[in-house]
Amino acid sequence: MLRYIGKRLLMLIPVLIAISLVVLIIIDLTPGDPARILLGTQATEEQVQELRDELGLNDPFFVRWWNYITGIITRGDFGTSMMTKRPVAKEMLERFRFTLFLVIIGTCFAVCVGIPVGIFAATHQHTWKDSLAIFLSLIAISMPGFWFSLLVIRLFGVKLQILPISGVDTWKGWILPCISMALGTIAMLARQMRSDMLETLRQDYIITARAKGLSERRVVYRHALKNALIPVITIVGGMFGGSLGGSLITEVIFSIPGLGQYTMTGLNNRDYPVIQSSILIISCMFSVILLIVDLLYAVVDPRIRSQFARKKAKGKEKKDEDKKAEETVAAV
Amino acid sequence: MKTKKQKKQSQLYEVWRQLKKNKLAVVSMFVLLAIILVAVFAPVLAPYDYKEQNAMQSNLGSTAEHLLGTDKLGRDILSRIIYGARNSLIMGFSAIAIGAVIGITIGAISGYFGGWTDNIIMRLLDIYQAVPMLLLCIALAAILGPSLRNAIIALGVGMVPGYARMMRASVMTVRDKEYVESAKSKNCSTARIIIKHIIPNAIGPMIVQITMGVGSCILSGAMLSFIGLGVQPPAAEWGAMISEARATIRQYPTQCLYPGLCVMVSVLACNLLGDGLRDALDPRLRN
Repeated sequence: MLRYIGKRLLMLIPVLIAISLVVLIIIDLTPGDPARILLGTQATEEQVQELRDELGLNDPFFVRWWNYITGIITRGDFGTSMMTKRPVAKEMLERFRFTLFLVIIGTCFAVCVGIPVGIFAATHQHTWKDSLAIFLSLIAISMPGFWFSLLVIRLFGVKLQILPISGVDTWKGWILPCISMALGTIAMLARQMRSDMLETLRQDYIITARAKGLSERRVVYRHALKNALIPVITIVGGMFGGSLGGSLITEVIFSIPGLGQYTMTGLNNRDYPVIQSSILIISCMFSVILLIVDLLYAVVDPRIRSQFARKKAKGKEKKDEDKKAEETVAAV
Repeated sequence: MKTKKQKKQSQLYEVWRQLKKNKLAVVSMFVLLAIILVAVFAPVLAPYDYKEQNAMQSNLGSTAEHLLGTDKLGRDILSRIIYGARNSLIMGFSAIAIGAVIGITIGAISGYFGGWTDNIIMRLLDIYQAVPMLLLCIALAAILGPSLRNAIIALGVGMVPGYARMMRASVMTVRDKEYVESAKSKNCSTARIIIKHIIPNAIGPMIVQITMGVGSCILSGAMLSFIGLGVQPPAAEWGAMISEARATIRQYPTQCLYPGLCVMVSVLACNLLGDGLRDALDPRLRN
């Protein structure tokens, strides 16, 4: 097990290096000189060249990349923002907690609502309650998230005036962003939970449990739920990671000073150190979350756990990995 | 040759016969067709031009002349929604076309050859997928510069790894079938085997994903336009219209409501049709 974790963590390093390389290549290939953008159209050619030298933009490609990578590893230096002239690492650290809080609360909220709704729909199959739950979740999936955010702002912020529409100075400010973040996740979780639950309820051991004369409650919550939850965990993990990307929009709409808003500002200003570093950090978090999900998967499912113990099952393990990756893709 | 054609027809007919049983899927199909027709015949159907401004009649509610009212520049919202269908659908369909074609090709190559080819492609996709898809699309669109074409490229590129992985899994199941072996034994070229034998047989499960993918591309495309990275003004697009109406949501919420509803209906139709197709294509459900 430890070896597996170690292997996965080691695999993370080339991935992150490659991401930094790719981001730099894309930035390099795009037209538009950052020094020119910074100085404005009135600057002379000499001024632009001077700034290019200062920013290190005249160095060869690999020199710039190497300086960037070694800066991160040796000094924790992610570069300096071209706009604010402050270290990117410091700015990101200040903003990090907002994004993390938003994503965690949003995901928790989605789990607390989505899973019960899914169980409810599955246990009431072939009734109007099930149809309603399915229909609502389909609508929620088909809705643009940013549009839903605007609708809740209009309803709770403007019409009823019970919640603030932007800023997170008080706890009340978090409610609308979290609801907006969670909507899509709730719907997908409910659908996944429902189908897994229906699948599980058809298994033989459920018939056995019923035949033993256990109450329906006990059958559903003790016997079926445990098994039906396993695939859901992967989905939750994938969504938790995916919402790191989704938080970009939510943070901009609700003006939350998080990492997403920082990235967006960087993209709009073509502030390359900011773009590069925030994509790197978000991807790093995303990869770590996916790793945690894989490990959790092993913790909850004894069938997978046993594969870590048996070395000969290596091929199968790989197959499972691929399968899981595909599920995650479908979820995201 | 003749029998082959007949068989193809009957297969399509069989899928249609199954699909017909699912009322929701059929309705969704017609809704989608209707939206496509509206987009194609926009100049005929729209009562006004999408960029025709009228300062005297800005921010109107529903009137006889302007069924859905006008926006802050006095442009007819109904006309803009009708023209917006064009851009939104172009974005959805082109992005999925790019993503699916590249993804299917990569997936087919990776799945068919296996070994180190597969290994390299998969590791490259790992790198690709370490960036959350939304972030990737936004970053690409922003770096390439805001325009409809760049938004389509960004969305298409973002869709590639998902399709590649699915196609790879699908190809692996047909790779060792007898008909592939037979083709090989007849000295059929590898390219021909992949194009003629592998892809048509492995593409079944992809059809559902592509149908639903159109929906999610429309959704992501609207999002890109919403943050100003997609269709540029004065062109009409549903996401861009929501973005324009955002400033006046306190006074005129309906300006924001209608384009959002359009996005929702089209995406819902894609999802329902995809669900229906999945059931129709599943041979286990046939009887």
